[in-house]
Amino acid sequence: MAAAKRPALPVILLANDLLDGDVVFATGDAHGLCWSRDPGAALIGHDEATADRLDAFAAAELGGQRVVDAYLVDVAVEGGVPVPRHYRERMKTTGPSVRRDLGKQADLPLAEAFTRTAFARA
Amino acid sequence: MYRYDEFDERFVRERVAQFRDQVGRRLSGALTEDEFKPLRLKNGVYLQLHAYMLRIAVPYGTLSARQMRQLALIGERYDRGYGHFTTRTNLQFNWPKLRDIPDILDLLADVEMHAIQTSGNCIRNVTADHFAGVAPDEIEDPRPTAELIRQWSSLHPEFDYLPRKFKIAVTGAAHDRAVIKAHDIGLRILRHPDTNEIGYEVVVGGGLGRTPMIGKTVREFLPKADLLAYLEAIMRVYNLEGRRDNKYKARVKILVHEIGTAEFSRRVEEEFARLDGPSVNADPAEVARIAAYFAPPAYEALPATSGAFETAKAGNPDFARWVETNVTPHRQQGYAAATISLKPIGAPPGDASSAQMRLVADLAEAFSLSEIRVTHAQNLVLPHVKLSDLFALWQRLGEAGLATANAGLITDIIACPGLDYCALATARSIPIAQAVAKRFADPARQKEIGVLNVKISGCINACGHHHVGHIGILGLEKRGIESYQITLGGDATETAAIGEILGPGLAAEDVPDAIERIVSVYLAQRRAGESFIDNVRRIGLAPFKAAFQEASHAVA
Repeated sequence: MAAAKRPALPVILLANDLLDGDVVFATGDAHGLCWSRDPGAALIGHDEATADRLDAFAAAELGGQRVVDAYLVDVAVEGGVPVPRHYRERMKTTGPSVRRDLGKQADLPLAEAFTRTAFARA
Repeated sequence: MYRYDEFDERFVRERVAQFRDQVGRRLSGALTEDEFKPLRLKNGVYLQLHAYMLRIAVPYGTLSARQMRQLALIGERYDRGYGHFTTRTNLQFNWPKLRDIPDILDLLADVEMHAIQTSGNCIRNVTADHFAGVAPDEIEDPRPTAELIRQWSSLHPEFDYLPRKFKIAVTGAAHDRAVIKAHDIGLRILRHPDTNEIGYEVVVGGGLGRTPMIGKTVREFLPKADLLAYLEAIMRVYNLEGRRDNKYKARVKILVHEIGTAEFSRRVEEEFARLDGPSVNADPAEVARIAAYFAPPAYEALPATSGAFETAKAGNPDFARWVETNVTPHRQQGYAAATISLKPIGAPPGDASSAQMRLVADLAEAFSLSEIRVTHAQNLVLPHVKLSDLFALWQRLGEAGLATANAGLITDIIACPGLDYCALATARSIPIAQAVAKRFADPARQKEIGVLNVKISGCINACGHHHVGHIGILGLEKRGIESYQITLGGDATETAAIGEILGPGLAAEDVPDAIERIVSVYLAQRRAGESFIDNVRRIGLAPFKAAFQEASHAVA
């Protein structure tokens, strides 16, 4: 993968599952990485070394035809949970804000947080 | 309705088999994403924010009850129980899994549908007036023309890799309901003023997006028989001279703008004279064969009025209001066309659940000779309803939440999927539509305001047609926040116009107030019977700007 400008730390790695299209998050520990559909489980890259590791995992997984559109996203850590700083990526993390009833994201705490902050006065 | 012949059937089935093989090779790793992407796009498969998206063509917005029922089934079996009708009269499913898409395409082929050329730099789904064959002001049904273009443009080898996507719309009526002037090519069927012969006015170079343009007439009158040769000449000039170095300058509108209408027209006429017209133009027998599919259905001979209908209206104000807004006169005596609003107050515009699709299919069979239309305004139409059936139809629609009486009113909002679904979006559209619709939900107030088109896009690409909305709303990003730019004075009809920006961008929650201000100026300044757009044209932007700026809490 051509190295796009890396976002500011801390970061998480997200992608879409090749077969299902679902948004997935790189998770794991010192022993290895895998994908999770739970954004709360995303491994947070606080340092360059971890971000490098996530980048390398993205390249390997794209090459292995397991995911598409993998990239690093800068996050704020709120209560131990990574929340993307940009609203576009927050949307990707939570699912459509207008159909809270749908999808795997519907009952995750992050989705709730996003709903609260968006259109509060509308 | 058009029915596939053996060639159409084989073509679509072959394409499904090819795509099944391509998906198989993608999943096995034989194709990389870079190799696969153009192939999936040729079959309407996008990757959006949360999932893949499948865009299914509804040629010239015409669907049979059987087709609608199949879409309902696909939504239920392979998606999340709903679909989204778009401004190009297509249907999008938001959650299909790549592994299922070949099976979905097979189900579509079973009902003579596909997703071919709903993406990519080719000639896209050809759209038409949703009241085709119905409208009293129609000169000729535009659908045989649209179907002819569909067949000509499907997999046309010369036009498979154009500089950019290419959209064609056709109207057969004096009043343009197909937004032809905002298409790459717009065709208007008309009669020659001297000979009375039927032909086309050919409009080229319209389009919205980041550089909105109103189409220019390049041929005042084109004889019907010359249609395909003339279109081929336009496509050749564009294919040869359209820019490929910059995708933002690659649409034909830029070419027309850069060299001028007269020069573009001259080059087209030159090419038209050079090419072998008879070998390109459709065989008259084939034209007649296609046209026969669109012959008027077997109407009953009915009186011009219905006592039962009049009684129901007199006794039920809600029904009377729905008739006033959502029922359109039909050229056949005793019939009407009924618009089914997919804009219930507070719901995402254009969304229909599988249950609703199935109900619409049932109602089309019961009341509309099995025919359904999709409109560019993201509503559905039952085109052939007996006046005496309208009350029963309205009751059945009401039970399913489909009897909202707002067609053409301020709450009949066009909105693209926006950032809730779309990978290209810069801001959300649907929540804005919901908030504005809720603000103006009161039916009496909507009626007082009258016809007012609000159109919302979640990015500069303008799928929500904001440039041609009487009030347009464009969602952008401004310093990490969603910001909404308001335009005024756009028009999607034969008097097409691009709206002008009123002032700085607004925060999402300030949009309903801004619309309120704009509407207040209109209500205070209108003359008796003057519509919103006529009022804007008469008094100009200044009073609206003043009111807008008073209210605006710019994000700036």
